[in-house]
Amino acid sequence: MSATKVKFYQVGSFAVGNRLLPSSARSNQSDAHRADSIVSGHRACQGCGELLGARYVLDTAMRAAEGKLVVVNATGCLEVTTTPFPESAWRVPWLHSLFGNAPAVASGVAAALRAQGRTDVRVLGQAGDGGTVDIGLGCLSGMFERGDDVLFVCYDNEAYMNTGVQRSGATPPAARTATTPVAPGHPGNEFGHGKDVPAIAMAHRIPYVATATVADLRDLEAKVERAMSLHGPRYLHVLVPCPLGWGAPGSQTVRLARLATESGLFPLIEAMDGELVAASPIRRRVPVEEYLRAQGRYAHLFGEPGRPDLVARIQEIADRNIRVYGLEPVS
Amino acid sequence: MSPEPTLAAARRPLEGSRAVAETVARCRPQVVPAYPISPQTHIVEGVGALVRGGELEHCEFVTVESEFGAMSVCIGASAAGARTYTATSSQGLLFMAEALYNASGLGLPIVMTVANRALGAPINIWNDQSDSLSQRDSGWIQLYARDSQAACDLHPIAFRLAEELSVPVMVCMDGFVLTHAVEPLDVPGQEVVDGFLPPYAPCQVLDPAAPLSIGAMVGPEAFTEVRYLAHHRMETAVQRFPELARRYAKLVGRPAEDLARGYRLEDARTVVVAMGSVLGTLEDVVDEARGRGLAVGAVELTCFRPFPAGKLRELLVDAEHVVVLERALSVGSGGILTAELAAAGVGAHARITTVIAGLGGRPVTAKALRKLIADATARRLPPMEFLDLDHDLLRRVHARENGR
Repeated sequence: MSATKVKFYQVGSFAVGNRLLPSSARSNQSDAHRADSIVSGHRACQGCGELLGARYVLDTAMRAAEGKLVVVNATGCLEVTTTPFPESAWRVPWLHSLFGNAPAVASGVAAALRAQGRTDVRVLGQAGDGGTVDIGLGCLSGMFERGDDVLFVCYDNEAYMNTGVQRSGATPPAARTATTPVAPGHPGNEFGHGKDVPAIAMAHRIPYVATATVADLRDLEAKVERAMSLHGPRYLHVLVPCPLGWGAPGSQTVRLARLATESGLFPLIEAMDGELVAASPIRRRVPVEEYLRAQGRYAHLFGEPGRPDLVARIQEIADRNIRVYGLEPVS
Repeated sequence: MSPEPTLAAARRPLEGSRAVAETVARCRPQVVPAYPISPQTHIVEGVGALVRGGELEHCEFVTVESEFGAMSVCIGASAAGARTYTATSSQGLLFMAEALYNASGLGLPIVMTVANRALGAPINIWNDQSDSLSQRDSGWIQLYARDSQAACDLHPIAFRLAEELSVPVMVCMDGFVLTHAVEPLDVPGQEVVDGFLPPYAPCQVLDPAAPLSIGAMVGPEAFTEVRYLAHHRMETAVQRFPELARRYAKLVGRPAEDLARGYRLEDARTVVVAMGSVLGTLEDVVDEARGRGLAVGAVELTCFRPFPAGKLRELLVDAEHVVVLERALSVGSGGILTAELAAAGVGAHARITTVIAGLGGRPVTAKALRKLIADATARRLPPMEFLDLDHDLLRRVHARENGR
């Protein structure tokens, strides 16, 4: 009898198919009793990284909280696409207030629950990169430093996508957006701008900070689980490619997220109490060009004559990340 | 506050802010975010001290990073079913503005004290009513206190009104003039407030057992209806506020607050309308004028939102000349209260004159009011004037500008 060769890696990555794992190690999404926090029928674009990420984050948080979770949402794609009155895609208690105040609103929910003795109910705040790193940063910092019991999740698609792709403090250098057009002397978004909010979160010495992407959803689930096992302010920064803003087909969302980490441009890290405790090594390193070429927002780097000088500068950023966080494979 | 003062023994010298803080504590707020700004700061300090001291139990006092954060914490806490309170002034109120509209739009019964203060620039920490009047369209009920006792009494009523109607309420008290003045004040006993103000029972709440989506996007097909309903819900306060005020007044044995009140209106041909602490001086000056045989009266407006048009028409029906003493200025238009009164049909048969007074803490003195009433009764008042204007200073400024 001839043996059948089992293809262990099934999705072009190092991910393991759920059916090959014992049920205890399977993804929460494969659980028939998952929360389904966000249901179908919402208006997000095909291939939206943010909705994919939010679904995994919330279902995992719901499992950890045994269904007792309150979600606070900033204004943005995640809000607009899910709650056109009178419809709602949410099966969790969900509050949307404003663009820049989601961390403070979440603090208020947590305070109310404390005052009412509801220690069983957990609070999760969520926003895009605009709502987190720009307009919401003051409230986020306040929530961190007060030690409020909130898990805050930033779904980072690296620009203001809901308003039509304008740059944010999370937009990477050379990316073309509606407010950083390519022009003589301007490579798209400027080099040296922008901020590292996971590092800013770490500087608050909060119990837990982590980064993740929608390419490795099991890793994302594990980080949500770890965050939910802790109390106090926790911060999760999830890279969620945007087909519209990045200029790539919806089919490429997961691949782009993977290339972001494999190139070294988006390091996957975990930190506790302000100290780095883990960084995921890159097992298959790719040059940044492979990541950049796949996106319309970088098309001006690869025309004729192209901008190899700028690609080289972006490669330097990736190299620095790999050096600083020790992302080289061990073997 | 220990031992608990009885009602009879409760009257004692207190700073206005402290008395408000103690009264608010009797209302058992569960979440109080606090951010300092003069002249409001003593109020949240007072509430914070009562929480730290264990006198106000089951209350989370949250020291936030901004007024925008304060109102946002109020929004989250109120939506999660907690009775919620904060206080602010001036620039702080403006910094909250986006969240003010959001709180009222979401129907959250937050109560906030506004210690009225001017708006900059130029920066000015002193009293006028530009701050709260700038938020007149924010969907909040606005009550103005004539003195610190009224400021105290309005708070339990404000919580009850807010929670019955699911509309947030601002209790406005003149900064420094009331917040920092020490006088004998009655703080209601806990049993009085408990008998008047039932525990908060939210009409909708963030509850994992019954998940709701709060804060959905509403488009052109229903937005007007949402606003219509908000307008009509707030208008019910025109009936409900005086009813609650009478009930509360019975419990504390003081005259009831009302939407608006007349003072010596019998046969009054000239009536001065005002809001807030200026009423004390104004009524003294009206008494003097009456002593000189002048047919002068005053109207105190307590409830600015909803605007009690009917009540004001009724009070001013016989007035020949309505003088509106404005503690704020709509630059490029004039008096905010004047415009509201005119729109309400006051003055259909009377002249309305605007007097801009007491901006940025300039005292509205009895002397200035005496002259104002003399000018008004002698028909010497222009349609709009600034009380106590320093004409020498203005001449110098004009001369310098013309010399450029």
